Amino acid sequence: MPSDLPPHETRPLVLSLSGITKRFGALTANDAIDLDVRAGEIVALLGENGAGKTTLMSILFGHYVADAGSIHIADASGQMAPLPGGSAQAALAAGIGMVHQHFALAENLTGLENIVLGTVPLWRLGFSRGAARAKIEGLMRGSGLDIDLDVPVGRLSVGEQQRVEILKALYRDVRVLILDEPTAVLTPQEAEGLAQTVRRLAARGLAVLFISHKLQEVLALCERIVVLRGGAKVADRPSAGADRATLAELMVGRPIPPRTRTPGRPGACVLDLDGVSVGRAGERDRLVEATLKVHAGEIVGIAGVSGNGQGALAGLVAGLMAPSGGRADLAGTRLGAANPAARVAAGVGRIPEDRHRDGTIGALSVAENLVIETIAAPENQSAGFLRYGALRARAAQAIRDYDVRCPGPDAAIRALSGGNMQKVVLARVLERAPRLVLAHQPTRGLDIGATTDVHRRLLAARGRGAAVLLISEDLDELFALADRIAVIHAGRLSPALPAEGLDLRRVGLMMAGHAAGEAA
Amino acid sequence: MWAALDILLQANFWAAAIRIATPLIFGVLGALVCERAGVLNLGIEGIFVAGAMSGWLAVYLGASLWGGVAVAAATGAAFGLLLGLLTVPLGLSQHVTGLGVTMLATAATYFGYRVAFSTVSTPPRIEPFPPLHVPVLGDLPFIGTVLGQQSALTVFAFLCVGAVAVVLARTPLGLALRAVGDNPEAVEAQGLSVVALRVGAVTAGSALMALGGAFLTLSAFNAFYFGMINGRGWVCIALTVFASWRPGKALLGALLFGALDAYQLRIQTIAGGVVPSQVFLMLPYLFSIAALVLLARRADYPRALMKPYFKGQR
Repeated sequence: MPSDLPPHETRPLVLSLSGITKRFGALTANDAIDLDVRAGEIVALLGENGAGKTTLMSILFGHYVADAGSIHIADASGQMAPLPGGSAQAALAAGIGMVHQHFALAENLTGLENIVLGTVPLWRLGFSRGAARAKIEGLMRGSGLDIDLDVPVGRLSVGEQQRVEILKALYRDVRVLILDEPTAVLTPQEAEGLAQTVRRLAARGLAVLFISHKLQEVLALCERIVVLRGGAKVADRPSAGADRATLAELMVGRPIPPRTRTPGRPGACVLDLDGVSVGRAGERDRLVEATLKVHAGEIVGIAGVSGNGQGALAGLVAGLMAPSGGRADLAGTRLGAANPAARVAAGVGRIPEDRHRDGTIGALSVAENLVIETIAAPENQSAGFLRYGALRARAAQAIRDYDVRCPGPDAAIRALSGGNMQKVVLARVLERAPRLVLAHQPTRGLDIGATTDVHRRLLAARGRGAAVLLISEDLDELFALADRIAVIHAGRLSPALPAEGLDLRRVGLMMAGHAAGEAA
Repeated sequence: MWAALDILLQANFWAAAIRIATPLIFGVLGALVCERAGVLNLGIEGIFVAGAMSGWLAVYLGASLWGGVAVAAATGAAFGLLLGLLTVPLGLSQHVTGLGVTMLATAATYFGYRVAFSTVSTPPRIEPFPPLHVPVLGDLPFIGTVLGQQSALTVFAFLCVGAVAVVLARTPLGLALRAVGDNPEAVEAQGLSVVALRVGAVTAGSALMALGGAFLTLSAFNAFYFGMINGRGWVCIALTVFASWRPGKALLGALLFGALDAYQLRIQTIAGGVVPSQVFLMLPYLFSIAALVLLARRADYPRALMKPYFKGQR
């Protein structure tokens, strides 16, 4: 908490949005939003996907022009001046810095070059790297952000890349810093480090807009919480006295039933990995001598920061990759060469990490996407011709059962929202009653409503007796669903421990590479 | 056998290697500038043709040799600007647009030539760039012979390699150019214009390519012929991958190709009786294909190459 600043009301205003409205066709993405931000304030912007957070920030940063409303920002002397819309250049010049969820970094340039980019006129024949370095090093000392400035950014870790992003903004002496879902890619410890940095920066008078949908961290970090829903501002209140349940209800617009979890009843071993390796040394996403058992009727969660071998584990189970060593059995059958079709036949249901790239084929219809993995089955084809009548009938049934919001079985799946697309994937996988469900980041990018639905379905699959392997970066999700949790780091899998005996802090340390023993 | 190796010791062979390499140096540099900014410029073959003809025509009509070079560069820049406007703000397919520009530039050039010289059967010649006399170095026995056959335009090509290398590595413009070919959002987020940078890079790169064509008419053949470019532009596209988009390696690749071409011309006279000459003609191209097979899979392509960027989309 900032201590050397005057109380909240008397701090100078730095940013004032009034009546911001933006429409895309029939959709009102922002509806007359007012927002005042004062120096040294940390304001959370909460909302589900599609609530209008990103649109609002894109307007502030000049990516979009608002249809109505105005933005005023304090200039160097503290006077509020209007900000011309539609220009990132103007926003930067006015002292607004933005750290995007997807980093805007050139990976072939060093940290120093990325930070300096755009701050020196392009017609200059050169620039003083020494002076730039001195200024950045001063900023690194002041903020606690520390990176190697001379390594191409592509070789830095995700956490380090985020520090480059923040330094980029600080280098331009911003007065307002926007952080868009900054902790989505961080381990809990990295997220705590970021929170400390943000507090330190705010204490020096920087105004911080913190976009997030993680209620816990918003409550811990921010002084004020602004909630958007359906494009409109529905709440603007101090965080003191707020709790998760109220905030979730404000975001969703209806009460969220508390999740209740009953322990699973593990049966026979379905997936049995014994010292399995996938991929070669030097590859980033690989599996090193992993040992894991997943039983029927239990959910085993795999926690870890993305890119630590989850892709190799999922690829092995889904039959996209062959093991390079060790023994891998699926219900008593040895897993050998990569053969995804054989896995489907053996009863593996795969919910892929990226539903746009691997989960669906955008140009095909909902009905076609539903049978894409079982296209050769007699109920889907006869003599090589698709039985479209049967396909449509079953698609219509799945659309009802899974509450897919779409025009109908013949709609191209790319027209569906992420949540509805995921429901189609779930229907495809779960209607086969698979023996093993591989759920890789099944709720990434989904809002609370769709997430709740996915969770319910996975628990139902477990109840039916399926073994579920749940790979997720979201620790809340893992603790809500998994009976046992293993942590993956640098391709090595920890033993799967009962979820009841673990806590967030310990899993977080293991995600950062500490052994299970030290982390305890 | 010894005769085949003896070629490598002849000053004439090295002089020819550099001469053959010069248009390729311009071409690879131009392609590299475009691709570093994220735009594949398949208009290169046609831009070579247009540069060759326009530079030569300007000199024929009374301009100075360097005036001809400037006209060629301006012609190349114009076609580059066209390609840039089609591929960057409109985001059209870079393959299709590039091939279209090659066809347009080639056809427009041939048409212009036919209109200007409708009654002439042999192309008129111009007085080309004279061989350069370099003080001190030019008086050395072996090196002097090699250098004594080069023109000022070759020296200019080498200077361009250095200039492009320095701009890319050391200047704010170079930073922005490399960044826009890797992640245009990074450039946009820092308040720079992706469109201006990319269109500018394609325009400048195309001007360099056109100089490769101009070298052929103003320094090598002294006249303009149909079909004289003969795939040199395409070779440059391959050499750009070979060079990993680095100016120094681009120079090396162009010289290597030039040396192979000069070598096959000479080995033909030795072994031509036994092996059909076409086999030797293939050698430099086989080398290009082999180099691509070996290197292209590992090549570190600019991440945003051939990916159109539209503001506000992620």
